[in-house]
Amino acid sequence: MGAHRKGATRISEDSEELARVPLQAILLADSFATKFRPITLERPKVLLPLVNVPMLNYTLAWLESAGVEEVIVFCCAHSKQVIDFLESSEWFSQPNFSVTMIESHHSVSAGDALRLIYERNVIHGDFILISGDTVSNMPLTQVLQEHRERRKKDANAVMTMVIKRSKPSPITRQSRLGTDELFMAIDPNTKQLLYYEDKADYSKGVISLDKLLLVDNASISLHNDIQDCYIDICSPEVLSLFTDNFDYQHLRRHFVKGLLLDDVCVAPTRPLLLAKHSYLMCGHYDGSSANWTCSLLVLAFLIANSWGIHLFCQIMGYKIFTHEIHSSYAARIENFRSYDAISKDIIQRWTYPFVPDVKFCGNSATKLERQGMYRATEVVQSRSAEIGPFTVIGNGTTIGSNTKISNSVVGEMCTIGSNVSIEGSYIWNNVAIEDGCKLMHAIICDGVTVKSGAVLEPGVVLSFKVVIGQQFVVPSYSKVSLLQQPTKQDSDEELEYADNSSGIVEISSITDAEDQSNGAMTSQSLEEKFQPTDELGTGGVGYVWSICEGSHEEEWRHSIAPIPADKLAEAMESTEEDLDLITQNGSVLPPSGELKPDSNDSDDDNEDSRDDSVDFEKEVELTFLRAVHENIKEDHLILEVNSLRLSFNKIFADCAGAIFYSLMKLALETPHNSPSELCNNALSVITKWKKLLKSYLTDIDEQIEVILKFEEMCLESAKEFSPLFAKVPGDDIVVPSGTVYKHSCLLLALASSMMTLWQFSFFHGIRLQGNCWQTTMKCRRNHTMLFKTAATDALLDSSSGEANCFAANLCLFLGVLFFTYFLKVAMVATIFGLFLGNLLALLWLGQLRILWHLYDKDLIQEDAVLKWDDEKKDADDYDKVFVKQSEKFIQWLREASEEEDEDEDAKNDSGRS
Amino acid sequence: MDFQVVVLAGDFANKLIPLVSKEVPKALLPVANRPVLSYVLELLEQSNLKDLIVVVEGQDAAVRVGGWISGAYVDRLHVEVAAVPEDVGTAGALRAIAHHLTAKDIMVVSGDLVSDVPPGAVAAAHRRHDAVVTAMLCSAPVSGPSDSGPSGGKDKTKKPGRYNLIGLDPTKQFLLYIATGAELEKDIRIQKSILRAVGQMEIRADLMDAHLYAFKRSVLQEVLDQKDTFQSLRQDVLPYLVRSQLKSKVLLNGTPQAEENGNEKINSQKNQVLMSRILANASTPSFHELYDTNGSARRSHKCCVYIASDSKYCVRLNSIQAFSDINRDIIGEASHLSGYSFSAHNNIIHPSAELGAKTTVGPHCMLGEGSQMGDKCSVKRSVIGRHCRIGSNVKVANSVIMNHVTIGDGCSIQGSVICSNVQVQERVVLKDCQVGAGFVVTAGSECKGEALAKKDK
Repeated sequence: MGAHRKGATRISEDSEELARVPLQAILLADSFATKFRPITLERPKVLLPLVNVPMLNYTLAWLESAGVEEVIVFCCAHSKQVIDFLESSEWFSQPNFSVTMIESHHSVSAGDALRLIYERNVIHGDFILISGDTVSNMPLTQVLQEHRERRKKDANAVMTMVIKRSKPSPITRQSRLGTDELFMAIDPNTKQLLYYEDKADYSKGVISLDKLLLVDNASISLHNDIQDCYIDICSPEVLSLFTDNFDYQHLRRHFVKGLLLDDVCVAPTRPLLLAKHSYLMCGHYDGSSANWTCSLLVLAFLIANSWGIHLFCQIMGYKIFTHEIHSSYAARIENFRSYDAISKDIIQRWTYPFVPDVKFCGNSATKLERQGMYRATEVVQSRSAEIGPFTVIGNGTTIGSNTKISNSVVGEMCTIGSNVSIEGSYIWNNVAIEDGCKLMHAIICDGVTVKSGAVLEPGVVLSFKVVIGQQFVVPSYSKVSLLQQPTKQDSDEELEYADNSSGIVEISSITDAEDQSNGAMTSQSLEEKFQPTDELGTGGVGYVWSICEGSHEEEWRHSIAPIPADKLAEAMESTEEDLDLITQNGSVLPPSGELKPDSNDSDDDNEDSRDDSVDFEKEVELTFLRAVHENIKEDHLILEVNSLRLSFNKIFADCAGAIFYSLMKLALETPHNSPSELCNNALSVITKWKKLLKSYLTDIDEQIEVILKFEEMCLESAKEFSPLFAKVPGDDIVVPSGTVYKHSCLLLALASSMMTLWQFSFFHGIRLQGNCWQTTMKCRRNHTMLFKTAATDALLDSSSGEANCFAANLCLFLGVLFFTYFLKVAMVATIFGLFLGNLLALLWLGQLRILWHLYDKDLIQEDAVLKWDDEKKDADDYDKVFVKQSEKFIQWLREASEEEDEDEDAKNDSGRS
Repeated sequence: MDFQVVVLAGDFANKLIPLVSKEVPKALLPVANRPVLSYVLELLEQSNLKDLIVVVEGQDAAVRVGGWISGAYVDRLHVEVAAVPEDVGTAGALRAIAHHLTAKDIMVVSGDLVSDVPPGAVAAAHRRHDAVVTAMLCSAPVSGPSDSGPSGGKDKTKKPGRYNLIGLDPTKQFLLYIATGAELEKDIRIQKSILRAVGQMEIRADLMDAHLYAFKRSVLQEVLDQKDTFQSLRQDVLPYLVRSQLKSKVLLNGTPQAEENGNEKINSQKNQVLMSRILANASTPSFHELYDTNGSARRSHKCCVYIASDSKYCVRLNSIQAFSDINRDIIGEASHLSGYSFSAHNNIIHPSAELGAKTTVGPHCMLGEGSQMGDKCSVKRSVIGRHCRIGSNVKVANSVIMNHVTIGDGCSIQGSVICSNVQVQERVVLKDCQVGAGFVVTAGSECKGEALAKKDK
């Protein structure tokens, strides 16, 4: 909320300040994608040369010419290289143009980047958000003006997206830039974006628009002929929205869609952080009661706060608008195909003034000759060499006789032998191509050597310093690098959800790769011996990357090579099949997939929950045993069991049962000679893990579950226990009231968080019926994330009591955080009901009775025992064996409860003695 | 013109009870003292569409409608009246009269349409694009007319999306999507394949399907034969044709297409586009043609629209509210439709009508042949039929009074519809009521917003 107030004041100031706030731009110098691998393992994408000039220079030159005064370059992958490049470039010496850099090593997505930038507090007004691989020459004045005017009328217009008309091919369903087709719905009058769908929902045959959209607008334009330029004019709120919705990763897939679905949560994290800090401060006071009160206060604060936010959420309707450009150029290099297409656009001067013969930054002088041929001043070219149209030849390049080059870009200091034929290829700097080679639609990075007679088939990518052996034929679409392909990561569901192209994987593998590359560079000569010589022909150096099976068919889509005819035919057939299916099924059924996996998944889930009880028990047992053997603290064990509980979708009673089961198993497995020894074992185990067990025994039901479990065990698996069932042990343990409080605090915290979690998923499920699967994924993701935090935080705190309380309260926060998350539908009654329930439970928990051993250890209440007794009354004799055993005990309980006093500690002591 | 027109003068229209009855089928409801069907027939006549089949549900109604038509249009139009069983739906009605249909194109008009949009223009658009179906769209009323009952206006503004949702291509010539707002559950589901072919689709909620369609006969009959579950033209046949327009199954059997297929194989595709452009007399090739050039054979059909301009009048008589509105409009703003000439006071008083002393008939009023009015009456924005006898001190405003109605002294009638042969006794106050034929309103009763009809039905 604080952020919003901040944002609001900013807006009000804006109107006055508009004139003097310098125009800022955030340039993400990392695409958070893996499309350009293996090249990007060694060099950041923004520094790859595009018609002999690094991509970043195009973006910066455009920003400068468009009147941007301050550019914040966010560097992530290979940040060192980007920073070095910028520092040595002329961008720092430009007047009225400042470049600042923000470096990060932990950001895995655009969302993380923007959150970091928000924390730095460097953005003071509307800004332009682009990535460093954008080529454009559009003027910004008009779109900025439109954006500001809209902002004056409606503060919720947070973003203006630049779009351009470009019809994707109906056959391959991708634009000429190789991006997937895009469906948008735009209000034709206001240009508001109402719907955005990219490849995520690829297989669906229909677009579903909310009918309510037509309530406000008499008409909607649906577009399939629009290309997203990835140039966004944003208001400062965008950054705070990213911060508030900490699960947003991808700019389009999460942020834009989130805003369109109005699935945005405003500022729940801020009070949470605040509360956490305040708690930490209070936490240093001694005495558990202080903690206790503090946590209650915080809870109340959070509830109040979240309710406020709820009201706030309701009126939020952030809007995104579009701005269509017609004559100017804007495109983003997303994959090899767009690299090819945009290179050609540059050569054909669509991007003027950013063309090879105009010196805009860092490019050497070239001269435009006829047929779109650019040649640097110092090119050594044999007379018999034929250089075709639309070709760029860089400085210091030598070209041998009878060589044919067409539609290609050749970098600086390259050596091209004789009788070479090069078509549609991109050759970077310092490349040596020996005689008689044949290159078709290939990308060849710096320092590559192609030995004589080698043939590169269409779509080949040769990364840095690769050597292709003599007469070797590199098959089409292969990617060759000196680095080995990173071993494939297990497809983590978290990642899949986030975005297959943003990723933790990337970071980890990049660092891996960098390590490898260092190794590879230094020991290159050594490695050559180990190189499989047949992989790249005689004298070849490098690894051929295997194409991941998933993208195998897709390879041709994004490759630099033109789409082969057979693929076109295939695609055409599939389009027709789609149509067939659509007409057969009427209109609504999706042709394939999408819905089916959904239903399968949900089925699986159901089955899981049915069949998993056994698995769950085993898992808990294993976890417990591990904890015993590795001396893991109870608190951590509790957290682990909780996460297990969540992943198996169990209730507390199951946990309690499972833990009790594992406790008893442990006792049974400890060597023993006599029943009494066994009993002692069991008692010591229970005493030791009392806290663990107790954290799951909040309720009578759970306690009954434990008794029943015990009964079951005695009957079935561990008959040894049967005589011990109701043996009343004699040791005295007085539980200090402080511990009770602490424990109850933990219990409550967990309970409340669990309840809120449950409610969260429940309400969310209702709200997004169609997106149940997604919601579940989201829930799971959040859970894991939050529990990780909880666990780490708890680990940081060395004192176990403190950690205990801390973890508990953290859980409490998390619970309430979820309240804020689903508050759009939850009712205030629920919150207060829960709150009161918590209070009551706290008071009630204070009066735990100590009886039997479990009873003795605060684990089971007499009510539970009595209830268990009641339940068993109607059962047959066989079932009653254990009830009879404990008859005396129960009777005693009944009597005791009649004489009950308020001073229980005294009572219990006297009762036992 | 090789067009056959089917007028669906059909259903019993439960919504219009008590105005309609066995004696007065919907088609014969008087609008400004003429049966509503006559507006459609004259509209068609103006466009020189004279080969008509009037389809009426139920034998009795058919006899009545037939009788009226043969009396009124005997030498002007070539009309066949066909009776079909009740509740067969519009598609069923067409199936039943299929053997009558011979022309190349069929126009299907709803008999309750009151409009001045020339059907000829729809037919021309249909022919120009060689379309399979052409639908006429008119702009939906934004809200109820200002002086209609407040309930009507509110109802419409409260329930947006009750009209059709219509997807059009950027040139506004082709129909890409159609749904009725009220029937959609939540989502508008648009086929991606169509959107892919067109590139851009505009979805509009401010258009209304006027229930005037031109069909290609061969296609219509094929669809009706193949899909025997289809009940309604509007709900089943039209959406089906729109949906399948890029994957046409219906057209492949048609002879003209076969010829074109042959041409296409011989000619280069570009030439074909050019040729069809010239043939179609359109400035740019439609997306269908572009789509076809990608495929190997021509497999699409066109669904076109004709959008009437905003200035045209186009309403369907499908509710009591609409009935009052149309009556008011015909003698008011859309008076050119009525076919009468208005007096200097902007009203129509038949020469044979007799007015008592100090009786005023305001503008936008109509007084039928042989009606008599007593002294000190006032009539505002109302239609009074033939041979009515109205006593003294009667106030009539915003009402429709049909033929042979007797109204006693001192009555006040506002916003009501009174059917033929009703007897309204003295000092009756009616507000927003509908009185069925032959009913007797007893003296001194006051009614508000009621439907009064004889019990025996």
